[in-house]
Amino acid sequence: MKRWSSLLCAVLFFASWHGVDAQESTGEFPKSIEAGHGFSVRLGGSGPATLYILGTGQVLKREVQLGDTTYFAPGSLYNAGHYLAVVVGASTNTTNEFDIEPSSSPAELSFLARPSRLPVGLHDGITGAVYLFDRYQNLVTAQTAVQFALTGPSGSVQTHQAMARDGAASIAMDSSAQQGADKFMAQADGVSSLRVIRQVPGEPCGLKMSASPSGGKLHLVTEPVRDCNGNAVPDGTIVTFTESFHDGESTVDVPLKRGVAEVQIPSHPGATISVASGVVLGNQIRWER
Amino acid sequence: MTKGPILAAFLFLATAALIVSGTVWPVPSAAAYAGGVSFSSSPSSPEAAANNLGVQIRARAWDKAYESLANKAQFSEQEFIHDLTGNYPSLRTDATLDKFEVFPLRADRNEAEVRMKLYWSTVVGISASTRDVRMVKDGDRWEAEWPIEKEPSVPPQVIPVNYLRWDVIYRGPGDDWGAQDVEAPHVRIIDMHPVERADGVVILGELLNEDVVPAYVSVTATLLSKSQSPIATEGSFDKISHLLLPKQVTPFFILFPDASLAEVGSVRMTPFSTLVAASADPVIEVDGEKLNPAPNASLTGQLINQSGRVVNVAHVLGTFYDKSGQVVWVADQYVDRALLPQSPVPFNIHIPEDLAKTVSSQRTVVASYSVGGTA
Repeated sequence: MKRWSSLLCAVLFFASWHGVDAQESTGEFPKSIEAGHGFSVRLGGSGPATLYILGTGQVLKREVQLGDTTYFAPGSLYNAGHYLAVVVGASTNTTNEFDIEPSSSPAELSFLARPSRLPVGLHDGITGAVYLFDRYQNLVTAQTAVQFALTGPSGSVQTHQAMARDGAASIAMDSSAQQGADKFMAQADGVSSLRVIRQVPGEPCGLKMSASPSGGKLHLVTEPVRDCNGNAVPDGTIVTFTESFHDGESTVDVPLKRGVAEVQIPSHPGATISVASGVVLGNQIRWER
Repeated sequence: MTKGPILAAFLFLATAALIVSGTVWPVPSAAAYAGGVSFSSSPSSPEAAANNLGVQIRARAWDKAYESLANKAQFSEQEFIHDLTGNYPSLRTDATLDKFEVFPLRADRNEAEVRMKLYWSTVVGISASTRDVRMVKDGDRWEAEWPIEKEPSVPPQVIPVNYLRWDVIYRGPGDDWGAQDVEAPHVRIIDMHPVERADGVVILGELLNEDVVPAYVSVTATLLSKSQSPIATEGSFDKISHLLLPKQVTPFFILFPDASLAEVGSVRMTPFSTLVAASADPVIEVDGEKLNPAPNASLTGQLINQSGRVVNVAHVLGTFYDKSGQVVWVADQYVDRALLPQSPVPFNIHIPEDLAKTVSSQRTVVASYSVGGTA
């Protein structure tokens, strides 16, 4: 760490001390290089010198022979950004500036799909955001077409295309009418990323129960509880039965099991029994027996 | 310089004298707390006998309390202890009797009746229970006939349960940062109403889990002044049912002590929810709910555990509405007895007298906890 700091200070010292020389840069470095690509430069002059390259998160030091061509192997410089090259020799001190550009095609997609669970039939309920990265984790800034495909459990597919700008593309899509696990895929230049969106039933619809005597009690059972799209409301959903009689009330919260909620409660002649789930009300029964 | 040793000797002697005095002539209540000490007050009156019994119960001197009873032949000491502490683990199991009160109801020469109000100190606060005790005179002594309440025994049986449970797997540390995590449950405040009371501002409301997964919930409220600067922030703490199954509704109650509604411009509500492993059982029926008018306005009823598993702690939350359906009060009670399968256990939730007239309807929910896992 101390060594790198010393090196950095020395380079910056030379760069500032020979500011006039920097203006007289010979311009032998290419103006831009793709991240991770190999390249070569021919440095003017003669004799031995030291080449310093400083950039975003990278510093290189190389002993070079001025007048010869210096080769940089693929992968030498891979962080996209603006770089400074300083040549310090016995008779010359020059600086060059160049850019390392991200690759134009993505090697990896970071795909944020939200939410991971939502009710069916929601307009623009699903959002997907894609960030394109090259193999060195540089954000790919070139305009790139990104295809989004949402495949429902029945095989129905919604597709959309969006152009990625500055490395990001996003889309909003509707959840389908059928519950189940949807596959949400983003694809760009042959690279894809898959997320799973669970579409769950909406509010219960047409909640209905029936009552029958059972011993000295009253057996209440709902019909299979479904949402307005016909999807079965999942087990565990709470259904509240309320029995109101002349001087009191009985309530019980029952979870759906195997699609129905059922319970036995005390029987009170003349009682009114109602059923609800969350904010949805079902039918009412007046028990006369 | 010479006074130091004299003072030290005086303090030593005084301490020794006080220790001897306390040991030989202990204060009765201190002796009761210490346990194993006979009581100085002879039970020459029904109240004195009831007091003695209360002191013995408070000291958990079960054998002495049992021995002092007139009707001990009707039940065993173990049954007497279970009547007071419960057969199964419950709030009462580790509770101590904080204090008791004795009210004479009637008396004649050889028989009397007193009301003993026992205040148990439990982990969730004071829990009061009342027993009407018949006192009988035996010679020149009064003795209590303890009104034993034997815990019902559930007949041996097998109760089939379709056990429904949710478990949660969160994203791991090695997952890509863009990878999905499980979504927090979607909850919604469906009602909220600020009320000014003598002890401050109270925020009352109801919270719905509108998701298909269970949620651990809580609600925080921030009072904002008319210039929108925060005045205070408080949470619902235990005045809420923290575990909400899908489509379940809980009331909540948030108290801002010493706040005034006149200073409040608006209220910022922050519901919190997170996924939690949970079970859909047990199902607890709230039977015979009844709104009792003032004086002593209350909501009474009984809880019936419809499942086969013992519920060790039940927390009953009552939401009270006016004629227009507006929430006017939320109150709760912890039931300090375990709920055995199919065995009714009563509850009694106090309603403030000034609000009792406005209460038109109510809704009761029960949060339950079982030893050895989330109920």
